[in-house]
Amino acid sequence: MTARLIFLGRLEDAAGGAERDVTPGPLEAVLAALAPDLAVALLGERVRMALNGVLIAERGGIVLREGDELAFLPPVSGG
Amino acid sequence: MRLIDLPFDPAREMAAFNAAHAAAGGIVSFMGQVRGQGAELLELRHYAPLTLPGMSALAQVCAARWQLDGLLMLHRTGRLSPGEPIVLVAAAAAHRRQAFAAADYAMDHLKSESWFWKRERRAGQWHWIEPRADDYGGLARWV
Repeated sequence: MTARLIFLGRLEDAAGGAERDVTPGPLEAVLAALAPDLAVALLGERVRMALNGVLIAERGGIVLREGDELAFLPPVSGG
Repeated sequence: MRLIDLPFDPAREMAAFNAAHAAAGGIVSFMGQVRGQGAELLELRHYAPLTLPGMSALAQVCAARWQLDGLLMLHRTGRLSPGEPIVLVAAAAAHRRQAFAAADYAMDHLKSESWFWKRERRAGQWHWIEPRADDYGGLARWV
């Protein structure tokens, strides 16, 4: 029973890896289980999220289910 | 429209594109490459579930906005050395203004709205590159 977090760009350094398997549940609970510094970085104002490849417009009420993939996307640095 | 993780030859790509659009009035192309000074190595990361649909959507906007015979967008991912091509955009159209505008628009949007993250290795250390203000300035031209 896992969901997966994906860390792009500099968030990969903050997380110490490009992805991490976590216990499914409400996003607040998932973030609370991470190191505080990482949780703060992931909640940065300019960080966007995509759930299973679809950008999320509203952050509230996200609940991760088994097999879900939630990506954290910092500002892109261009082509 | 392709994402490729190995070096490509812009001349060969352009020859194929030109041959496919022999009846076009003109073809405009832009090739971006890794700058020669500073970094030892550049790495381009992307998030496939967003990158490819994003590039497809950009191609569709270009096709709807200008009368094009064809549009080519090639983007590298992975690790690149100075001088290696990163991106190739080409637009074929009956008239030059359509081709110039579409290629320019595609580059501005690839630079600032596509899901790529870059990092550079300098003196053995990797550094993530933050977006530059003039990448967004490029977008404002099209509003």
